[in-house]
Amino acid sequence: MKKEFKVIADLIEKDKKVLDVGCADGTLMKFLEDDKNINIRGLEISKEKVQECIAKGLTVIEGNAETDLKQFPDKSFDYVILSQTLQAFLNPELVLNELLRVGKKAIVTIPNFGYWRIRVHLLFKGTMPITKTLPDEWYNTANLHMCTIKDFVHFIKSKDIKIFKSLALNNFNTSLINDNNLGFKNLSADLGIFLIEK
Amino acid sequence: MNTEKNLKTLIVNKPLKLDCGKTINNFPIAYETYGELNLKKNNAILVFHALTGDQYVTGINPVTKKDGWWSYAVGPNKAIDTNKYFVICTNVIGGCMGSYGPSDKDPVSDNIFGTNFPVITINDMVNAQYNLLDHFNIDKLFSITGGSMGGMQVLQFISNFPDKAKTVIPIATTSSHSAQNIALNELGRQAITADSNWKDGNYASNNTIPGKGLAVARMAAHITYLSKKGLQEKFGRKLQEREDLKFGFDADFQIESYLRYQGSVFVDRFDANSYLYITRAMDYFDLAKQFDGDLSKAFKNTKAKFFIISFTSDWLYPTQENKEIVIALNSIGADVGFVEIESDKGHDSFLLDVPNFLNALKNFLDKSYVENEK
Repeated sequence: MKKEFKVIADLIEKDKKVLDVGCADGTLMKFLEDDKNINIRGLEISKEKVQECIAKGLTVIEGNAETDLKQFPDKSFDYVILSQTLQAFLNPELVLNELLRVGKKAIVTIPNFGYWRIRVHLLFKGTMPITKTLPDEWYNTANLHMCTIKDFVHFIKSKDIKIFKSLALNNFNTSLINDNNLGFKNLSADLGIFLIEK
Repeated sequence: MNTEKNLKTLIVNKPLKLDCGKTINNFPIAYETYGELNLKKNNAILVFHALTGDQYVTGINPVTKKDGWWSYAVGPNKAIDTNKYFVICTNVIGGCMGSYGPSDKDPVSDNIFGTNFPVITINDMVNAQYNLLDHFNIDKLFSITGGSMGGMQVLQFISNFPDKAKTVIPIATTSSHSAQNIALNELGRQAITADSNWKDGNYASNNTIPGKGLAVARMAAHITYLSKKGLQEKFGRKLQEREDLKFGFDADFQIESYLRYQGSVFVDRFDANSYLYITRAMDYFDLAKQFDGDLSKAFKNTKAKFFIISFTSDWLYPTQENKEIVIALNSIGADVGFVEIESDKGHDSFLLDVPNFLNALKNFLDKSYVENEK
C-alpha cells in the first residue's frame, strides 16, 4: 500500500464512519475496514474501479463528487477522504465545501506543484513537468487546477477553514508543515496531506 | 391455463387485507425453489419476478419448456449460486402460473373471476409472498432481489418487513412508476380490451382469448425492453426472408417478424386479464407516497445492506430513477452501494448475459455471505 494511505490511516481513529471520495480500487478502504474497523463507504466515478471495489466486498457508490456529494446529510461521516483528486475537479472550491459539509473532518491530499523536481523540470526543460505523482502529458492529464502546498495553505486560511494537521510527504519521509517551514516544505515535498474542518 | 400442471402451491389460510379494501383468504401461492436450505436457515434468497415472469427462475420452465427467465443469473456456480444459496420465487398474486389470479374461480359465484378479481398492488403481492417465510420457517432471508417490477417488490418488501432480509438488491427499477411507464402500460391494456374477444374480461366462459390484443400489448412492451442501438445493431433494416420490399403489409423487415413472433408466443403462456391486473399494480406503485412523499422514510427501520444496479441503455427504468433510491438511502445513512452497468441491451439487460452485471451481482452476494457467516 502507498505510504500516503498509511499516513491517512494514521490520522483516523478506530471504529469511525468514513467516506472515501474517489476511492479508486478500494485499497485504502479495505485497509481501513480490516485494520481499523472503520465503517467505510466509497464514491467512485470509474465503472471499472467500482467493480473492483465490489469484488473486494466494499460498499461503493458509482458517482461524481462534483454532483453526487449533495445527497449525503451534513456531518454524516466522521472523516471524508479526498486523495490526490481535488485538482481534477471543474470546481475544486465547491467540492471542498461539500467535503467539509458532509464530514466532521476532511483529509485532503494534493500533489505539490511546488516540488523541486517539478520546478527544475520546467526551468531547464521548458516543458510541462512529468513526475511519478504527475505522470500524464499536458494534453491528456485529468488535472485542471494544479496548486502548490503553499497555494493550498493560503486558500484554506482565506476560507476560515481550520487546519488540524499539515503533513509533507516525499520519497523518504513524512514531516509536519508549519508557518516557519512552509516555504521549504513547498520545495521538498511531492505530496501534501491536510486534516481540516469547518 | 395452469390447473392441470403439477405446481408447488402454498394455500394461505390467513386472511389478507388488500389495499383495495377487499380481503382474500384460502388462496394459492405457487412457488418454486432451487438449491438447499441450510441448517442455520441463513442462505435463503427470495427472488421477485417481473411483469411477465413466473416462479420458474432457472432450469427448464415446465409449462413453456423454455429456459427460466433468469437462467443467466441463477443456477449452480452462477451469480446467484444455487450450490450455495436456497432460492425461492413465487408467482405474484394476480398472475397466471398457479397463484391466485383472475383466471381462478370466484368461490362466491363459482364463475371465473375475470375482472371481478380484486385489483391488487405491489404491496399486496409482497404481503402474500411473506407467507413463504413461515412456510419454510425462515426467520431472516439472506437476500431479496429482482429486476423491474421485481425490484419494486424488493423495495416494498424491505419497507414492510425491515428486519427480514440481510441484503437487498433492487435492479433496473423505480420507487414510483413514471407517467411514461403508466402510458406504456395503458397502451397495452387498451390493446387487450379493444380486442372483441376480450368480452369485458369474460373470455374464458366464451372459450376464446383476446389473443390479438394481448399480442399487440406484448409487441409494444417488448420494444420498450430494448434500446434503439440494440435494435439497430440486431435488426437494422434487414429484410425477412426476401430479396426486396413486397409493397404490402406483410412482415418485410426482420424486426416486424421478430415482434410478431414475440407477440404470438406470449399469447400461449400468459393470461390477458393477468396482464391488466399486473400492469395496474405497477402503475399504482409509489413507495414515497406511502410515506408522505419522503422515500427515505420507507427504509428508516432497516439495517439491511442495499446494492442497487441500473443499466446505461435502460430508458424504461433509467439510472436516474434508480439513483433516487440511492439518494433516499444515503440521506438516512443506510448501507448502500450503487453501480450503473454499461450495456446496449436496454431494460432487458438484467435478464441477459451481461458479464459486468452478473459479476457485480455475484461478488456482492458472495462477499456479503462471508460476512453473514462470520
